[in-house]
Amino acid sequence: MRKFSGWTLLKEAFGGQQGWTPQWRRVAPQPEYDAIIIGGGGHGLAAAYYLASEHGITRTAVLEKGWIGGGNTGRNTTIIRSNYLFDESAALYDHALKLWEGLSQVLNYNVMFSPRGVMMLAHTVHDVQVAKRHIHANRGNGVDNEWLSPEEAKAYCPPLNIERNIRYPVLGAALQRRGGTARHDAVAWGYARAADALGVDIIENCEVTGLVRDGSGAMEAVQTSRGLIRCRRVGVSAAGNTSVVLGLAGVRLPLESFPLQALVSEPVKPVVPCVVMSGSIHAYISQSDKGELVIGAGTDAYTSYTQRGALHVNSHTLSAVCELFPAFRRMRMLRNWGGIVDVTPDRSPIIARTPVPGLYVNCGWGTGGFKATPGSGHLLAWTMARDEPHPINAPFTIERFRDGHLIDEAAAAAVAH
Amino acid sequence: MLLIQCPYCGPRPELEFAYAGQAHVARPADPSATTPDQWTEFLYLRNNTRGIHAERWRHVRGCARFFNALRDTTTDHFLATYRAGEPMPVLPMGQKP
Repeated sequence: MRKFSGWTLLKEAFGGQQGWTPQWRRVAPQPEYDAIIIGGGGHGLAAAYYLASEHGITRTAVLEKGWIGGGNTGRNTTIIRSNYLFDESAALYDHALKLWEGLSQVLNYNVMFSPRGVMMLAHTVHDVQVAKRHIHANRGNGVDNEWLSPEEAKAYCPPLNIERNIRYPVLGAALQRRGGTARHDAVAWGYARAADALGVDIIENCEVTGLVRDGSGAMEAVQTSRGLIRCRRVGVSAAGNTSVVLGLAGVRLPLESFPLQALVSEPVKPVVPCVVMSGSIHAYISQSDKGELVIGAGTDAYTSYTQRGALHVNSHTLSAVCELFPAFRRMRMLRNWGGIVDVTPDRSPIIARTPVPGLYVNCGWGTGGFKATPGSGHLLAWTMARDEPHPINAPFTIERFRDGHLIDEAAAAAVAH
Repeated sequence: MLLIQCPYCGPRPELEFAYAGQAHVARPADPSATTPDQWTEFLYLRNNTRGIHAERWRHVRGCARFFNALRDTTTDHFLATYRAGEPMPVLPMGQKP
């Protein structure tokens, strides 16, 4: 792996940017691996990287049916935060946030992590009470979060409208200063590059069509569009298509897949200095380094695999954005798109063993998986390498639904589900 | 936005409807004899079909009645809608959920 630094950038600049080479190998699948990750998004690539770097399992392959980072990794709004209510969730998401903080250095690749602060607005008395409960719960768990008055919120985010005469006035906000954004493509590419350097094979255009089990029922091989690959340790990180992939092994999951949409505006000068979210009126907004406003909408009502949704969902979000930020009313939106998110009944993820020995799953991230990318990969790798969960993901099993130990962030996550 | 054929009212825009999840999920007849695994199946496990999906909708801002639909989740195309209590219709191409 070629080590990147300010010096390499300078050298390439003087060389007319002609010296850049592909950052990972294009390889054909080998007949056998020690570990296979199905799904080449950020989560799957991170899992492969940590399998190789922390557990020494370098004979690993990542199988991706399209191109890496082309699913939800390339379709989300790149918001990173860890201000979740329950102890289990706070530990899980803060584990990821701590990995984000050093990720560019660890991968030697600039993932453009920008802890610019995530501000969640409160519009009603109930919102205020919920936000303050979150703040106290977070601080008890060592996660930073603080209460801002409307004036303080406006000082932190000047274009915000705090007039009291709007339909949903801003009564205050909860601010997590360590939260922020990162560059989604760089996360996939950085993990792919670092994993490849450790010997991991990244195989694109390779769709899994079957999961083969031996006489005892354990994982034996993976049937793909590029042939049979033998492997006794398989992790599935397939987001919206997880039900389909695990269905190949006869495993049923408590998941439903919904379209989630996002959109970006034309690029403008820096105007939104932080991430602003409002769970009550289903809007969240930040500004990319290119200058586009990145706006996330809610999910469509029905299950679907189409990677698109209805316009009325976006227009609902935009009407909220226009009221909170009147200055944006005449901005033009350039693109909108959808991704398919897999949602669990309690809105918390699953990182666990499955009933099939040798088959592991990382799924159920719903509308908020990007923020967890390093953490979920780290924990899936641990679970696969040791065949037992890390203490942080031990509560996030499939069996919690049978046993009644739900981690019910459904109302608590304060995001537009 | 989807155009949905309510079996009572005819075609109406999606905004008049509420989605109500997978259809034909029967509540266990004898709750006290039902095992935790069977409860899990009833409460939480879903087909999440990639393809033809049998699902419930409610015409909540119209006649307010529940009905069932067959929809292809890879295209969002409705293949049939039918009243609650009626058997699942046979599709012309013989496709099954």
